[in-house]
Amino acid sequence: MHRAHFPHRLLPWLLVAPQLLISAVFFYWPAGQALWQSMLREDAFGLKSTFVGFANFRRVLSDPAWLNAIQVTAVFSLLTAFFSMAIALFLAVQAEKVVRGRAFYRTLMIWPYAVAPAIAGMLWLFMFNPSFGTLAWPLRQLGIRWDPLLDGEQAMTLVVAAASWKQISYNFLFFVAGLQAIPRSLLEAAAIDGASARRRFWTITFPLLAPTTFFLLVVNSVYALFDTFGIIHAVTGGGPGKSTETLVYKVYNDGFVNLRFGDSAAQSVILMGIVIALTAFQFKYIERKVHYG
Amino acid sequence: MKRRTFLTATALALIVQAGAAAAQTEISWWHAMTGANAEVVEKIAADFNASQSDYKVTPVFKGTYPETLNAGIAAFRAGQAPDIIQVFDVGTGVMMAAEGAVKPVAEVLGDSFDKSAYLPGIVAYYSKPDGTMLSFPYNSSSPILYYNKDIFEKAGLDAATPPKTWTEVWDMAKKIKESGAAPCGYTSTWLTWIHTENFAAWNDVSFATNENGLADVNAELKINDPIFVNHFQALADLAKDGTFKYGGRTSEAKQVFLAGECGIFTESSGGLGDIVKSGMNYGIGQLPYDEAGNGPQNTVPGGASLWVMGGKSDETYEGVAAFFTYLSRTDVQEYLHQTSGYLPVTMEAYEATKASGFYEKNPGREVPITQMMGKEPTANSKGVRLVNLPQVRDIENEEFEKMLAGEQTAQEALDAAVSRGNEAIRQAIGG
Repeated sequence: MHRAHFPHRLLPWLLVAPQLLISAVFFYWPAGQALWQSMLREDAFGLKSTFVGFANFRRVLSDPAWLNAIQVTAVFSLLTAFFSMAIALFLAVQAEKVVRGRAFYRTLMIWPYAVAPAIAGMLWLFMFNPSFGTLAWPLRQLGIRWDPLLDGEQAMTLVVAAASWKQISYNFLFFVAGLQAIPRSLLEAAAIDGASARRRFWTITFPLLAPTTFFLLVVNSVYALFDTFGIIHAVTGGGPGKSTETLVYKVYNDGFVNLRFGDSAAQSVILMGIVIALTAFQFKYIERKVHYG
Repeated sequence: MKRRTFLTATALALIVQAGAAAAQTEISWWHAMTGANAEVVEKIAADFNASQSDYKVTPVFKGTYPETLNAGIAAFRAGQAPDIIQVFDVGTGVMMAAEGAVKPVAEVLGDSFDKSAYLPGIVAYYSKPDGTMLSFPYNSSSPILYYNKDIFEKAGLDAATPPKTWTEVWDMAKKIKESGAAPCGYTSTWLTWIHTENFAAWNDVSFATNENGLADVNAELKINDPIFVNHFQALADLAKDGTFKYGGRTSEAKQVFLAGECGIFTESSGGLGDIVKSGMNYGIGQLPYDEAGNGPQNTVPGGASLWVMGGKSDETYEGVAAFFTYLSRTDVQEYLHQTSGYLPVTMEAYEATKASGFYEKNPGREVPITQMMGKEPTANSKGVRLVNLPQVRDIENEEFEKMLAGEQTAQEALDAAVSRGNEAIRQAIGG
């Protein structure tokens, strides 16, 4: 075997330099700073700081509010990932059946993706605000005591709805592409053998979509964990009580509202650990079960 | 040929611009004012800029009060701090602890500064224990009671008499709700500021030990004393059938009142501008007091003050001094007070407003001033200063929300707020 090599040593480095630079500036440097900050105790303006070792971590890990945030995050992420994917898959399958105006229908479906998270949050807030929400009124007429400002479960429902709605378009796009890659012949053969539409979906379409579903599962978990800050901030601000305070929101709240930078940095370091573990786990165990066709 | 002319023109334009910029010192002013109050900020800055040519004040809106403070702190850490920043009352403790990051206003203003020209209660709140004034009191407010006169009439209440005590508020709120005059009787902004901090000062009971933290940072909350528990239990009971409606942690409830949903409303006097603008037939009353307390005493200043950041050039400080001197002018203060509902900060502006007959024409507008200045402050009513008051307020809000949702009683909510709050204070002061 002839081993390919570049004419000089510098070129390969130059070629990867942009990527290395981006990783260094946007990941290694801030991550290093977070690690360092997590071991400091500092006043708001950063005028005095003392090294405290792992004291911040010990405090965070024994803080009931942080344990509550883990629970909230788990509930929120699972619900958001599930609903955004399930609804997107349903819509994608339906879109396949549309014959006339398919492109128009798809464009409409993709639209919400262009909306920024904070704006998506505001939209839902305006619709469901207990005092001036357009849809809050009919809810009350139905006899539902709609008050997400005080009812934690309703607040959670609202943020999950806003976060899922925002992500449906993205998932829809990938599911549509995934569906198109499924060989017609398989479905037709099954149909000829007398398999019902439901059976064809669960035994052929769904398993063959697994690579797409798996990819979306990773993307959606990361989305629900990290990119939903804007929605939560706009809709509930973590309240009522602490019922919608996710881990990311708590990092923000402790750092930028309560000005406890050490605690906040320790939480983001733990969060970084969780993400690394989660991604490793997903690729190691779930990916094995994915059938790439 | 044509191209060369264009280039020359561009170069000339650049030189002219650079020249203008060099002659004028830019002063950045970060603020948190919205609605009618934002218009006041813009007008004051524009008028100041038009009044002289050496300095140019540029106001920049930075979000809510907490957001503005955090933006300022982040900017300071990055070496990009603004020249002037508006910090709300509860951030005062945070700013005071930041010696070196800020420059005391007394120093900026130098010899020309006469402290006695300003309202004593407000100045004392923004000064160090040794009397050095640290920040400029831009917008001081006091919580007052607003009521919708149309709703009062519909409910068969006397539109000329606002409720004086909390018991009267509860009774009138029930009447409004029961008579169907409005879907809700009473709502309030800022439960923390109005129903704990000012509630304590106005009724002359203790909010926290060590003179509410003014005498010593090591303070312990006292808000689970019976008078607070009874007050919050009453609120929780009224919340059950919607007689009291919760709007949110800061000033969200203003929208509820403006929409005509509730008849009675407690809010900062600074909220007046928007209520006037809405065209509502409103009335103003004193902040209600509790018969079980020792009040009415006096309210504590709310609102915000302007802090000058450290490490700027001499020209900048001269500009800031010129701007603050302009802000203290009687006509500017009169304008600020009469359009926004914030308190005038100089005695002269107060006297001038009084002499102009403004208070006779606008009954109730003197209420926030008399409330704050009416009596010599006691140990309970000088103010509240905790190093981490924003965080303590967050804790209180969380417990109040659980209480209003019916998950816990007032006693449980306040006990939890006290123990969690004390723990947070201990951590913040490094105990």
